[in-house]
Amino acid sequence: MGNAMQEYLPEQDKLSGPRAFDVESVRRDFPILAERVHGKPLIYLDNAATTQKPRSVIESISRFYESQNSNVHRGVHYLSQTATEAFEGSRRKIQRFLNARSSSEIIFVRGATEAINLVAQSYGRDRVGPGDEILISAMEHHSNIVPWQILCQQTGASLKVIPMNDDGELLLDEFDKLVGPKTRLLSVIYVSNSLGTVNLVSEMIELAHSRGVPVMLDAAQAMPHLSVDVQKLDVDFLALSGHKVFGPTGIGVLFGKADLLESMSPYQGGGDMISSVTFEKTTYNTLPYKFEAGTPNIAGAIGLGVAVDYVSEIGFDQIEAYEGELLSYATSALSEIPEVKIIGNAKEKASVVSFALEGIHPHDIGTILDQAGVAIRTGHHCAQPVMAFYGVPATARASLAFYNTAWEIDALVGAIHSVLKVFR
Amino acid sequence: MSFLSDLYQEVILDHNRRPRNFGELNDANGMAEGFNPLCGDKVKVYLKTENGVIQDVTFQGAGCAISTASASIMTEAMKGKTLDEARATFAKFHDMVTGKLEFDPDDEELQRLEVFHRLSEYPVRVKCATLVWHALMAALEDQAQAISTE
Repeated sequence: MGNAMQEYLPEQDKLSGPRAFDVESVRRDFPILAERVHGKPLIYLDNAATTQKPRSVIESISRFYESQNSNVHRGVHYLSQTATEAFEGSRRKIQRFLNARSSSEIIFVRGATEAINLVAQSYGRDRVGPGDEILISAMEHHSNIVPWQILCQQTGASLKVIPMNDDGELLLDEFDKLVGPKTRLLSVIYVSNSLGTVNLVSEMIELAHSRGVPVMLDAAQAMPHLSVDVQKLDVDFLALSGHKVFGPTGIGVLFGKADLLESMSPYQGGGDMISSVTFEKTTYNTLPYKFEAGTPNIAGAIGLGVAVDYVSEIGFDQIEAYEGELLSYATSALSEIPEVKIIGNAKEKASVVSFALEGIHPHDIGTILDQAGVAIRTGHHCAQPVMAFYGVPATARASLAFYNTAWEIDALVGAIHSVLKVFR
Repeated sequence: MSFLSDLYQEVILDHNRRPRNFGELNDANGMAEGFNPLCGDKVKVYLKTENGVIQDVTFQGAGCAISTASASIMTEAMKGKTLDEARATFAKFHDMVTGKLEFDPDDEELQRLEVFHRLSEYPVRVKCATLVWHALMAALEDQAQAISTE
């Protein structure tokens, strides 16, 4: 297939700017990046689906199972104490990472999806009734649509949607009109997984609060790209997934303001979330345990703590600066291909590039790119309303992390040329 | 790259560019829709049968090259077949693309479907090719039900 399929090997990095950030050294922290796919070096550009894990995270999980494995919050024996310390230590790391006031505001859940369902059911069912409104946006992931639809069906409330423009930016004038006396909650995606848009959530939270409306942020996609400070944002609830921020799958966090969490009913009943149980009456445990029924994902929580340590060590100043360069390099390289149409051109964007190729289905693009070792996501990205808005069944999406490089973007561009050659 | 020429053979690309029997069938007596929630692809199959024989079959929808070519080639292959023959061909096709049946170059039935015989090496793409066939089978049922209620 000519030079389009040639192997792209690391060379002098093309990105300019301050070189304090050494991407090749960072890459060595991620064992999987040395893998080969179909005989080619793996070029992993599917970070919005899940991120890769640094060695320190992988080792923390095996270390837990090899030398610390025990249940938490129960045994008086040595191992149980060690496991509990590691688990609770991780909660405090995440508290600091998000700058929450207290570690009791950090609830371990399976992922952002469960965090949103928890708020919909525990907060929503007690406070939402017929005629009330829940406000979301046109660019939500299904995980921030369906839990609210279920709540609306249960309570007789209705779902309102903040519209967006063709660049993939929310219309804040329309948002202003939609926040009314019937609005019970605003739940909005911080960074769009399908378009890369970074929503202006500070302004949105301020406006919602000025009308007494609490705000939930789906920050799953924001965490790997931006520094998130829940006190500065003054957000009421925030959901994140561990695996999207270089941690394990099956672990995530719900942050909630303590007074709100205190006032809410439990989400699930079971062990660990109680202080006393008789057949007549159960008294619930204090925060955060009230929302953590059953044995938690202990190893996952510990791994997530190590992941946020890793990210903090690099620092978001460096990550944001480097990813900004990477995004503009990718955007201009892809824009030079006449057949490429980039979907999502918000002024504020994280390093996600969704695109279409004139007349070629994204699945054909994905299959041919895969043969070149390039992993991208093709499909609707669990955001079918976004696809419907742009009138496409699916897009191809390259989503970049701080361990991606300019030479990997070059390989993507080369592989896109071979797609065009096949379909010429 | 041999893989590209295996999967994206000229025949497939040609059917993708100029799909045969594309569009609605006005006098159809069977219709069914196939939907792949993973990729969002939708395909509609229209069927006209008479005395247990497929007189005409068309399709509508937008999908990837594999699904469009599969639909186009299927409509060509199905015209003139009895309903039982159509079901038998689907069973063979299905077994071939899922790797359960070796491609037999002497099997006349499979010859026109040969371009898909390497698809079993791309398991995530098998559904692209079988979606329209599942819709055809549903359309046959739809047509059978329409008859049985008469």
